[in-house]
Amino acid sequence: MKKPKPDLVPIPPGQDRRVPVIEPGYTFASVTDKIGQIVLTRRTPVFWFFGFGISFLLMMALLASIGMLLFRGVGIWGVNIPIGWGFAIINFVWWIGIGHAGTLISAILLLLRQEWRTSINRFAEAMTLFAVACAGLFPVLHMGRPWLAYWLLPYPNTMALWPQWRSPLVWDVFAVSTYATVSALFWYVGLIPDFATLRDRARRKGFQIVYGMLSLGWRGSAQHWHRYETAYLLLAGLATPLVISVHTVVSFDFTVAITPGWHSTIFPPYFVAGAIYAGFAMVLTLSIPLRKLYGLEDFITLRHLQNMGKIMLATGLIVGYGYMVEAFMGWYSGSPGELYVTLNRMLGPYAKAYWALILCNIVTPQTLWFRKVRSTPWILFLVAMVVNVGMWLERFVIVVTSLHRDFLPSSWGMYHGTFWDWATFIGTIGLFLSLLFLFLRFLPMISIFEMRTLVPEAEVREEP
Amino acid sequence: MQIFHRSTNTISRVSLFGAVFFIGILLWLFYDLEASPWTTQQNVARNQPLQFSHAHHAGAIGIDCRYCHTSVEKAAFAGIPPTKTCMNCHSQIWAQSPYLEPVRASYRTGESLQWNRVHDLPDFVYFNHAIHVNKGVGCETCHGRVDQMPLMWQAAPLQMAWCLECHRNPEKYLRPKDKVFTMGFLPAEDQLTMGRRLRKEYGLRSEALLTTCSTCHR
Amino acid sequence: MSDGARETGNGEKPGTQSRPGLPVYPPPAAMPPPDPLEPQPEVLDFRALALRRADERGGRPWRSLEELANTPEFSAMLHRDENAVALDPSGVDRRDLFKYLGASFALAGLTACTRQPTEKIVPYVRQPEEIIPGGHPLTYATAMTLGGTATGLLIESHQGRPTKAEGNPLHPASLGASDVFSQASLYGLYDPDRSQTLLYLEEIRPWPAFLGAIHAAIEAERAGRGAGLRLLTETVCSPTLARQIQELLKALPEAKWVQWEPAGRHNAREGARLAFGEYVEAIPHFDRADVIVSLDADFLSSGPAFLRATRDFSSRRRVGADGAGLNRLYAVESTPANTGAKADHRLPLRAGEVEGFARQLAAAVGLGEAGAAGVGPSAPERVKFVAALAEDLAKHRGRSLIVAGDGQPPAVHALAHAMNAALGNVGATVEFAAPPEAQPSDQLADLSALASDMDAGRVRTLLILGGNPVFTAPADFRFGERLQKVGLRIHLSPHVDETSVACHWHIPEAHFLESWSDARAFDGTASIVQPLIAPLYGGRSAHEVLAATSTEPERSGYDVVRDTWRPFLGGADFEAAWRRALHDGVIPGTASVSKNVTARAVPAPAPAAPPASGGLEVIFRPDPMIHDGRFANNGWLQELPKPLTKLTWDNAAIVSPATAGRHSLAKEDVVRLTVGGRSVDAAVWIEPGHADDSVTVHFGYGRTRAGKFGTGAGFNAYAIRASGALWIAAGGQIVKTGATHPLACTQMHQNMEGRDIVRAANVADFVRDPQFAHRLTKSPEDGETMYPTYPSDTHAWAMAIDLNQCVGCNACVVACQAENNIPVVGKDQVRRGREMHWLRIDHYYGGEPANPQHYLQPVPCMHCEKAPCELVCPVEATVHSAEGLNDMVYNRCVGTRYCSNNCPYKVRRFNFYHYSTQFRAPSLQMLTNPDVTVRWRGVMEKCTYCVQRINRVKIDSEIGNRTIRDGEITTACAQACPANAIVFGDLSDPASRVAQMRKDPRTYALLEELGTRPRTTYLAQVRNPNPALPEPVRRDWPTSFREETGQL
Repeated sequence: MKKPKPDLVPIPPGQDRRVPVIEPGYTFASVTDKIGQIVLTRRTPVFWFFGFGISFLLMMALLASIGMLLFRGVGIWGVNIPIGWGFAIINFVWWIGIGHAGTLISAILLLLRQEWRTSINRFAEAMTLFAVACAGLFPVLHMGRPWLAYWLLPYPNTMALWPQWRSPLVWDVFAVSTYATVSALFWYVGLIPDFATLRDRARRKGFQIVYGMLSLGWRGSAQHWHRYETAYLLLAGLATPLVISVHTVVSFDFTVAITPGWHSTIFPPYFVAGAIYAGFAMVLTLSIPLRKLYGLEDFITLRHLQNMGKIMLATGLIVGYGYMVEAFMGWYSGSPGELYVTLNRMLGPYAKAYWALILCNIVTPQTLWFRKVRSTPWILFLVAMVVNVGMWLERFVIVVTSLHRDFLPSSWGMYHGTFWDWATFIGTIGLFLSLLFLFLRFLPMISIFEMRTLVPEAEVREEP
Repeated sequence: MQIFHRSTNTISRVSLFGAVFFIGILLWLFYDLEASPWTTQQNVARNQPLQFSHAHHAGAIGIDCRYCHTSVEKAAFAGIPPTKTCMNCHSQIWAQSPYLEPVRASYRTGESLQWNRVHDLPDFVYFNHAIHVNKGVGCETCHGRVDQMPLMWQAAPLQMAWCLECHRNPEKYLRPKDKVFTMGFLPAEDQLTMGRRLRKEYGLRSEALLTTCSTCHR
Repeated sequence: MSDGARETGNGEKPGTQSRPGLPVYPPPAAMPPPDPLEPQPEVLDFRALALRRADERGGRPWRSLEELANTPEFSAMLHRDENAVALDPSGVDRRDLFKYLGASFALAGLTACTRQPTEKIVPYVRQPEEIIPGGHPLTYATAMTLGGTATGLLIESHQGRPTKAEGNPLHPASLGASDVFSQASLYGLYDPDRSQTLLYLEEIRPWPAFLGAIHAAIEAERAGRGAGLRLLTETVCSPTLARQIQELLKALPEAKWVQWEPAGRHNAREGARLAFGEYVEAIPHFDRADVIVSLDADFLSSGPAFLRATRDFSSRRRVGADGAGLNRLYAVESTPANTGAKADHRLPLRAGEVEGFARQLAAAVGLGEAGAAGVGPSAPERVKFVAALAEDLAKHRGRSLIVAGDGQPPAVHALAHAMNAALGNVGATVEFAAPPEAQPSDQLADLSALASDMDAGRVRTLLILGGNPVFTAPADFRFGERLQKVGLRIHLSPHVDETSVACHWHIPEAHFLESWSDARAFDGTASIVQPLIAPLYGGRSAHEVLAATSTEPERSGYDVVRDTWRPFLGGADFEAAWRRALHDGVIPGTASVSKNVTARAVPAPAPAAPPASGGLEVIFRPDPMIHDGRFANNGWLQELPKPLTKLTWDNAAIVSPATAGRHSLAKEDVVRLTVGGRSVDAAVWIEPGHADDSVTVHFGYGRTRAGKFGTGAGFNAYAIRASGALWIAAGGQIVKTGATHPLACTQMHQNMEGRDIVRAANVADFVRDPQFAHRLTKSPEDGETMYPTYPSDTHAWAMAIDLNQCVGCNACVVACQAENNIPVVGKDQVRRGREMHWLRIDHYYGGEPANPQHYLQPVPCMHCEKAPCELVCPVEATVHSAEGLNDMVYNRCVGTRYCSNNCPYKVRRFNFYHYSTQFRAPSLQMLTNPDVTVRWRGVMEKCTYCVQRINRVKIDSEIGNRTIRDGEITTACAQACPANAIVFGDLSDPASRVAQMRKDPRTYALLEELGTRPRTTYLAQVRNPNPALPEPVRRDWPTSFREETGQL
């Protein structure tokens, strides 16, 4: 697929000299072509089949382990007394965290009029949805009797019972489901005009019908656009507080408990920061290969990568601050349990995990101070990968090291993930990627209509 | 070129709103089914190995409940009469009736009669007849007009919500102890005032205690 | 349910039950006693047979069960799938899966798609008047015999099935307390692996066939006046059995009766003979002694009537504010045990050196001729110890008591007797009486005589009534091998065990809850042993087997026992007296009168044995849980954490840290332990406080024919136990094999980490500052809470645990397991930290690793008034009851395990698998307590304060319009406790014992600084050390973060 010759449009004086958010020389048509054809082409690229195949296999592993879980019971995992929560909750928090970037990018950056967001928000949002889907599995699976999960919902029943509103797990149900709903809505609304575009450009009848239905009869009339903009802004406004609320509530699962290492007020802010941190790391991890594979360097430019690098650096520092405060409070609280847990994290049986986490989440990102690093895609990719691992380790340290040695030494124990723990975790990664590949194949991964607003044609210039 | 017929607009609008109601209705159905006699077996007469009629024995003849259900006042289980109890009378009357052959057979062979259970609570519920009967809860209150049941059926849903209804405000259902075994009892005074009086008189526990989980689940 | 199982169930052997009319195989004449001189071919291939059929079970119990339950339905139910018993909890077959899902849905109250299946009600045909279905269980008095003495029990029976054992308050050996063995005896009764059929050469035979055989054998013996007949029993304390045996011996004077008790009290007996010239039983009165010296005696958890000993001892550990009345215990100990753990001063000594110590002490208390000279020089602190101890003893003449351990040689016992005499304790703190056993004898000598007789072919017929000599006899007797030279071998035992497969005839032995008998307690008090259930598998009692040798072969155990007591209980109103005896569980006037005996001179020192030539000393002890191996297949006992080590499902070679260091051993290393030319491979366990250069092995493990649980667990210590060194063997060698053997321990970390978990002080400090227990941590002021308070107008259940009285005997743990249908999870799950005990006994070390202090602490649910678990449960499955109980509603639980994470005491237990499938075993179904829900997969469970007992009494009191008396409601743990350490009651009643104990200055709450307001509180420990001795260091062990606290 070759790039259409850009017809020269002089960049007017006063335009900033930074790396542009879209390479020069694009017209409405060429943008639409470039993005649209990825979906409408008849020839699915080979790497797609390759990638999708692998992810699909992993997804099957997930199904297998879920089957085994329902069949034999949660005992197939490494959980025990005292460590009642293992991989399941770790993965849950990890995925939810990843889910954060999407809404942040689409909603908050939209409100902040950050035009550079336009080329990444679409698949960031998609990523959010898929991550939340993965996350949503775990709270259900980790139960002893998953088939009764619906008891956490408030509904009239023959037992005349309600959920226990003081329990953070019930708050989770609402936080996560709301988040899933709103981001799905936001994502879909964003897609409507593009569905219309695809409907009009699609050759095959089937596609026309499907896209046609999805586009809800969008005609692009001025009235449509007017209402659309308002709705989109409103949704953005709705979604913004969720970015904060969801991970705050998730952090309550820990802070509300009295377990040393959990019972701390620092959790909400640094969980949110950590979530954004992880989210952007994941966006980078995905976007860098994608722009290469689909040749979208012109749309996802170094400018985007650099900005995301900066955000990671900032949130990374907040997270680092969180770790420091935790350690400090361990000493300052004066409670032997707290102090012990803090020291135990650094010196105990799980010290490796702790220091690895510091290395991944605090040390490595410091390289982002250098413009060189920020503007070299492959290094950036590595950093992002490291941070992804680091964030998982963070949750491991929080969940396991706090539980395995709490108040009474008599009931201390150890935790190790079993084969099925890993199978389930890796399985969800498979699920995530499978959904992502399907998305890449059948939906425009970059918002066409919003990209159009970036091309010079969209510049409104009064006639001399 | 137009792919869709113009009616599509209407269809889509309708279905958008319809979906909401549809889901609502499903949930409602689900709940209704859960509480329905189909699930609870309420008002479903059960077949029994021999056609024993409460209507005849308790109603027509007017035998006291406790003649057969001997342990209702002192044990959790009201008690199902041993074959011996049947034979007390039926060795004299209807001694040759073919209907009663199973009873006589059981008495001869020592093989127990096997009744189909009508009121069956889950195994994690520990219901105790004695305490209810001794606190002025009538048989009729839960079992209905047994004296009018040819074949026994379950008069109440026996679901937790139903139990709680009484445990939360017993005064609605209490009756004087001497009326516990009477069928079709009608209070002379207003049920609530009587209920409140009896509740004090019989020293019923506070609602908090009556609705404590371990009162029924152990 | 599972037809497959049912086929193998009873389709297999239709002829199992001996019905009248069945042909008798073989006809009596067809089986003359085989000639001993020529080899027995069938014996040889029968061994092969035995191996091949190792795992097969006999017929099913259904006949007697039907009689019991009066319905085919029930017995059909009993045949449901056998494999459900399998203890691999993950072994769930597909059928089960759907069953769980289905069941869970149904139980969940999600009734929409599942309706209750129609159940049957099966009334009696003629109802026994005392049985009220759904009414209160009935209780019967009986007695359990172990090691030649009896403990009186009260057994709870639900419609004919015994479910729970309690101590009999009227019985001198129990006083209402019970021990792990009697609690777990119920599991033994319903053990699915019990032998279920009479076997001849592994072929099923009806009882008459055996009658024929034994009759023929006895007749054959008459010629030689029984010269070829031998009778091998365990220590007999049953007057009736003794009478029968004597009658047999009268008929056949040349026959010999041999008793063998592998964990028996030979040394105590011989010691008594050494001291007094006759066999006498020393009856100690620990409640009268101010100073107690234990010479390697674990009198708090083994020996005759240790329940009584514990009760008496702990009655003197109760402290008033003035600290008066506290006794002082010195323990000289080789293997750390509960007694040493409770001691105010503990001196670790190799078992072999204890005699030397005893002589030193004897010399110090004025028995100059004790021959202390014979003892080599010893460490200064030991000399100091002896001096201080002697002084203390002198100060308490007539109020001190010296006891010697059964593992110590007779000389030590003799010395103890001599010292007690010299200190004027005889008649004051210790009395002497005739031994409870019918015929005290030198069992070791008798057994070795039997062995050589067998070897010489002088034994034609051997009748083994109980016991498992092939497994338990000293290794050098080569008993199993010599047994093969006996012409006719008959074995009566509850399981088809190592001895059974070496015998011609195996007779399934009736459990003591299935048969009539009688037994004497330590002080001679006799009890009638009455059955609570018809023999499940048509088992026979020893009485019936012996009757078979008599002129009335079919005489029932009932008649035989009554024959014994008719003369004693007076002919006239015998029935009345008999009924009374049955009702009370004791027969008045049977206690033996105390004897006047005078100790002879102290025994001369034995020819000083060459000091163990560099080698290790090997100490043999019966296993604290499975005893001599007889309980090897008892799941409850196998999974019970052993005192101090907290090991389950295994025995180990226990060594001190120093010794481990010297041989560079780590826990779980497998070593080859060699002594006297015999060796065995054992896993190592390192136990602080163990004597150096000494290794303790517990015998009873390493069974090859025990059953599902017992077979293959642990290693066989009998293999290196020789008659020359039954208890202590010198010159042992230990070699690392390089292999490791996983051990399942329930408490990996036994260091308090400097937290105020168990609070202790010396009596002096306590008197100076009675409030010491509260100085340690600051708990939130009262009323300082954000949560609602609970109604105060009703009962407020609470529990108080006196740490000064608890001796860590584990009785409470099993009692809880029995009362609350707690499943056994198996070694693998224990290693994963998934044991299910609702009540655990925590154990911590303090002080010097070489000789640490021990801290014991029973931990049930605290029933916090402000419970962290309740706050976080999303579905209200755990909520507070109006009476302050922390209720756990199994059927509402969805299993998030959040409550457990948030429980600071970690007392919650989770069903990671469907552990309770084991209760679907045909017999184990009958074990469950109908008043407690059997929990299913995926739900949390925990201590409920035995809420079923609370509710039973509450309902009774409300029906009777009366108030509940203090002590009327008690929990299973409190009821079992021999030390009276656990007290349960109603706080709202200021007169109640628990309310009183709460007022005690020693009272503190565990982790009270968290503001959880536990309803379970502790009374701090107060030790009473001798001021003359150096204060034992009381500091916590240094924290080592690296050490992993858990397996897997």
